Amino acid sequence: MACRTCLWLLGTTFFTCTVRLVVEGTEVGATQGSHPEPGVVGSNHSQAGGGHGSSISGIQIVTFKWHHVEAPYLIALWILVAGVSKMVVELNHNLTSVIPESALLIIIGWILGGIIYGADKMQTFTLTPTVFFFYLLPQVILDAGYFMPNKLFFSNMGAILVYAVIGTCWNAATVGLGLWGCWLGGAMGDIDIGLLQFLLFGSLIAAVDPVAVIAVFEEVHVNEVLFIMVFGESLLNDGVTVVLFNVFDAFVSLGGAEIDAVEIIKGIISFFVVAFGGSLVGIIFALLISLLTRCTKNIQIIEPGFIFILGYLSYLTAEMLSLSAILSIVFCGICCQKYINANMDERSVTTVRYVMKVLANGSETIIFVFLGISAIDPAVWVWNTGFILLTLLFIFVFRFIGVFLLTWILNKYRLVPLEFIDQVVMSYGGLRGAVAYGLVAMLDENKFKEKNLMVSTTLIVVYFTVMLQGITMKPLVTWLKVKRAAVTELTLAEKIQNRTFDHMLVAIEDISGQIGHNYMRDKWHNFEERWLCWFLMKPSARKSRDYIFNIFHQLNLKDAMSYVKEVRATHKVRESHDNLILQDIVPSVCLDMHEQDLTMRESEDFNAHHLLQQHLYRGRKQVLKHRYSRSHLETNRDENEVQEIFQRTMRSRLESFKSAKMGVAPAKKIQTKHQKKDKPQKVRGEGTFSPFLHVRPHSHPLIGNVMSLSTSLLGFETTSTATIFPLSFNLLLNLFLQIDQSQ
Amino acid sequence: SGSNFSTITVCRELHEMGFHVSHSQITRLYSRFTSLDKGENGTLSREDFQRIPELAINPLGDRIINAFFPEGEDQVNFRGFMRTLAHFRPIEDNEKNKDPTASEPLNSRTNKLLFAFQLYDLDRDDKISRDELLQVLRMMVGVNISDEQLGSIADRTIQEADQNGDNSISFNEFIKVLEKVDVEQKMSIRFLH
Repeated sequence: MACRTCLWLLGTTFFTCTVRLVVEGTEVGATQGSHPEPGVVGSNHSQAGGGHGSSISGIQIVTFKWHHVEAPYLIALWILVAGVSKMVVELNHNLTSVIPESALLIIIGWILGGIIYGADKMQTFTLTPTVFFFYLLPQVILDAGYFMPNKLFFSNMGAILVYAVIGTCWNAATVGLGLWGCWLGGAMGDIDIGLLQFLLFGSLIAAVDPVAVIAVFEEVHVNEVLFIMVFGESLLNDGVTVVLFNVFDAFVSLGGAEIDAVEIIKGIISFFVVAFGGSLVGIIFALLISLLTRCTKNIQIIEPGFIFILGYLSYLTAEMLSLSAILSIVFCGICCQKYINANMDERSVTTVRYVMKVLANGSETIIFVFLGISAIDPAVWVWNTGFILLTLLFIFVFRFIGVFLLTWILNKYRLVPLEFIDQVVMSYGGLRGAVAYGLVAMLDENKFKEKNLMVSTTLIVVYFTVMLQGITMKPLVTWLKVKRAAVTELTLAEKIQNRTFDHMLVAIEDISGQIGHNYMRDKWHNFEERWLCWFLMKPSARKSRDYIFNIFHQLNLKDAMSYVKEVRATHKVRESHDNLILQDIVPSVCLDMHEQDLTMRESEDFNAHHLLQQHLYRGRKQVLKHRYSRSHLETNRDENEVQEIFQRTMRSRLESFKSAKMGVAPAKKIQTKHQKKDKPQKVRGEGTFSPFLHVRPHSHPLIGNVMSLSTSLLGFETTSTATIFPLSFNLLLNLFLQIDQSQ
Repeated sequence: SGSNFSTITVCRELHEMGFHVSHSQITRLYSRFTSLDKGENGTLSREDFQRIPELAINPLGDRIINAFFPEGEDQVNFRGFMRTLAHFRPIEDNEKNKDPTASEPLNSRTNKLLFAFQLYDLDRDDKISRDELLQVLRMMVGVNISDEQLGSIADRTIQEADQNGDNSISFNEFIKVLEKVDVEQKMSIRFLH
């Protein structure tokens, strides 16, 4: 407790000191600004505090050179303030579990804004569109793209696109037209505005914001499909938003009279150009990054830098070509992740992942704090009850209608339909955020007489969605889940059997070679393996790309020996001494039906369930569940699981081979098997076997067994380069020979 | 490559078994079968299955491979392959009311549960003994659970299911304890339409 109070005090003192410094700095800056001193910035003038002219009376030992460092100092200071705010927010975990972080940061922004306004009588610091779009947003989106669970994303791509494109257009149109209708009806009083301006406003307020969505969904853990829907939608709708914004902006400039069919068609075409062009730019940069990382074997220290710079360049390039910058950087991140993770050194990969999170987190914090500060500026406040309330109502209601309508249509085509509760969460989770604010701040005041009204409304909408909807999201979900579930506790047998079913399904899918609709996926997979991997990955990375090979590689001498020993000795399972509990991020609210059963009273029962919950292997269906999180990096605990299972399977297969060694003469069988293959790579690999075959033809059935074991271990049909790892394998072989001889 | 006439015969046989699968699906599965069949003798052995890498990292991989092979045999032909896969076909609504006198299709709820039951019951004595349950549990659980803990889980599980007090789970008890589980959905793969 004492520690916590100390931290509080420290935080607040630090806080007030920095704020005071800022305030003083701006005051000095303001007073200095009123004295026209030519060439002050960057020069080496000594400045006395009161601007006493340029005559110096003696050597100044220490001078206060504020202007010298003003710009970078302020930037650094604001980043520091944002960081400290985050610290302050994180001090109380009970608070953060009720109110999402983003809301608390906005509140801190209000406080700071109030202080600054009180000191300066005007809001010197606001979130300007330039700073936001060029310096704060790219990192957040790059982080989203880089950590995107690709398989999930692409398998739900159709639905995501429907929501992003059609949903956003629907939202924009309905909100714009609804507001226009109400304005015509007189609900908003007398404001200088027109249909086109309403449509423009609708288009910028309609888009779901990725920053806000992530911030809120951190606390509410939903199932993966739902998450990827909302998340993917928030990322991809930028294509639509940019087009609509630019089109309506141009229309407003042209004036209503100039709009005819040609212009509208041009607008529609521009959508395709912007969207696909943006994605193409991103993909090109992804290729560049992958190629670069392929060549950096000798200068690994620079590798992480390339990722960030090229990612940023993809954003700027798309922006330069008036294409969708967010789509560009998203696809850059999505397409390059696999190749750069394979090509780069492990430490570089860790660096990239961690730095990406640091930057994204920092940016997000700054964005929310500034969203709060920007509000404390009476200059932009225009209150129009009708406009504001109607906007809030419309975005809320039309979002619900839009989502339900689209889902109803989509469910007819989906393999796994989206349920009611999912739809509710999706509608309720359509948060608006800083992107809307950035767009509205970019409007030209001369063309849009009511710009301030729109700015105020946007701010209120953002606060409403982020704070109110953010806070109430979790209770809503809990209430819905509890209401829907009405579930009796699952028995142990049911739990075990459910997991068995999972594993069974996965196995049957693998045996029958089909996972969902996969003709396209197979084609893509083949194309990728033959051309892309050859082009974009380092040769050494290609070899170890296969998951299984990776694990087999990790079979070192010690493991091999322990297998061998256990084949002879009796089985003894390693005892657990203490809780080597793999850390399980227990979600606070979880829409997965069978995960948490919190009402178990009997402790023994609870223990059994708890043990099962923690230790049952998760199986591929659940392993693929990527919890995208802004602040947590996935540790590789799945590899442990996989390695355990692999070792156990190999061990048992070894046993059965050994026990079958008596009656079988498989050596002959193997030779015919090998010769029948016509894949050139496999023939290459077999070269390493033949010496053994020749030297000891039939006298050692065990070797024959080992050979067939090896072909089953290593004759995996996945990668084209079935290069066999002679070293570890020969090791294994020698050990078997030793056992055999010793018996 | 699969000659057309054999796939047509198989198709007909499967239809008679109540396994209505489209011709294109059979062709696809047949090409999968032949790609697994390295010995090219029209049958699959256990090794052919073991060559699928994902099965090596599936805790129940080897058991499921076993399920493809009828009692005591070491080879399975395409017919048998399809027979086993037939268990995983979704239950169509219109089929439920079709023909009550026809023999129960392979993908009925009971048959699906029988398939699952036989994963545990290796010695085919129609009972899942404590040892058999322990074996499967051990396969599905990490190395961090001790034998005693696992044993107690197994005991509790049997307690939940066992009704006639013989300390093992018979098939009927198995069905009863899973009556609330949506087996049709959990044991179906949609491609087998």
